[in-house]
Amino acid sequence: MGDRGRIGVGLGIFLVVAAYPVWSALAAPGPSGRPELERSVDASGCVEDTAFMKASHSQLLNGWRTAVVRDGRRMWTSSTGREWEMSLTGTCMRCHANSEAFCTRCHDYAGVQPGCWSCHVVPEGEGTS
Amino acid sequence: MKESRRAFLKELGGGTLALGFGLPLLDAGPWNSASGAVLPEVALPADPAVSAATQWGLVVDVEKCLQDEVRRAVMDACHREHNVPRIPDPEERVDWIWSEPLEHVFPDEVHAHTPPGVRGAPVLVLCNHCTNPPCVRVCPTAATWKREQDGIVMMDMHRCIGCRYCMAACPYGARSFNWREPRDWVQTDANGKPVSDYPTRSRGVVEKCTFCAERLRVGLPPACVEAANNVPGGEGALTFGDLTDQDSNVSRTLRERITFARRVSLGTGPNVYYILPQSIPTAAAVETV
Repeated sequence: MGDRGRIGVGLGIFLVVAAYPVWSALAAPGPSGRPELERSVDASGCVEDTAFMKASHSQLLNGWRTAVVRDGRRMWTSSTGREWEMSLTGTCMRCHANSEAFCTRCHDYAGVQPGCWSCHVVPEGEGTS
Repeated sequence: MKESRRAFLKELGGGTLALGFGLPLLDAGPWNSASGAVLPEVALPADPAVSAATQWGLVVDVEKCLQDEVRRAVMDACHREHNVPRIPDPEERVDWIWSEPLEHVFPDEVHAHTPPGVRGAPVLVLCNHCTNPPCVRVCPTAATWKREQDGIVMMDMHRCIGCRYCMAACPYGARSFNWREPRDWVQTDANGKPVSDYPTRSRGVVEKCTFCAERLRVGLPPACVEAANNVPGGEGALTFGDLTDQDSNVSRTLRERITFARRVSLGTGPNVYYILPQSIPTAAAVETV
């Protein structure tokens, strides 16, 4: 039992190292190190509210993809009753015109790499590198 | 003190349980505060433009397509419209509509006395959008399917896993595999962007003609048909329309002319038809564009 102290210290060091991604992000400058995202150029509102989009935009886009590609539907009614064309480049990117300062910045921070732009063409005006 | 095996197993079990209860808590960060949100349920009406036809079909007038300019305009328009990569290596080419010697297009119709000029006459070929498509039967992910509304054999690039079963199944060789990163071979404008808004493909997927489903949706004819009509002498080289509509141009042409389809005996039910010329001028040489 004489090693208890040393084991405790070792475990402590291990936890600090293992939690590096968490505390380094929290310690980074800015509000808990979160990326500054470029605002939509159109203030009239997104297809759904911000909280929903933040949490579920990928599911929403997957649903749009299935509806457009497989079922041949193009129009979508939001929960507020407004009609939208289901189009990543036509609808989303019309407001979030700079994919680099919106999609990429947050995806990089979150460590996810969706493959959208390996096929879809970023509309004219702004673009990724 | 030595720990008994019993005590060790107890602690191990307890630790595992604690981990099981603890891990989900890690997910409950500020980023997931809205994770209770669900997709709004909405009834989606079918797009009326898609169901404008029951089975699209195309008639190729081979004689009018003997002109190099017509074939070139057709192929360029399609490949430009869909950002098709232009890879020179014949082993790795990607084509949606291209030119083949007649003896390859109609292998059962040439014989010992068919002259070389006829064998080598250039014929435009593309996906036949079969009534009974073998590619659809073999696709393990349903990435290609026969669209019920208008009979187009569609591709879902998001689902294609690149197994190439469809390429083995298609008796017309109408499908191309992306062996390389297609973006490197797509025509680009001055800013380095692809010339068309149409999504490019990625390495490792199969692609082919879709009868310009994206243009049909907004009421435009396929790019190849439009391009042929814009070339002097190419007017009517390609006729497109609904095969189930007796008054459509396609149906009328099929009634009035002698037309052929490729390898009908296989039972695939091709929906691209050919009007063959009475004779081939010797000038129309073997074309390998």
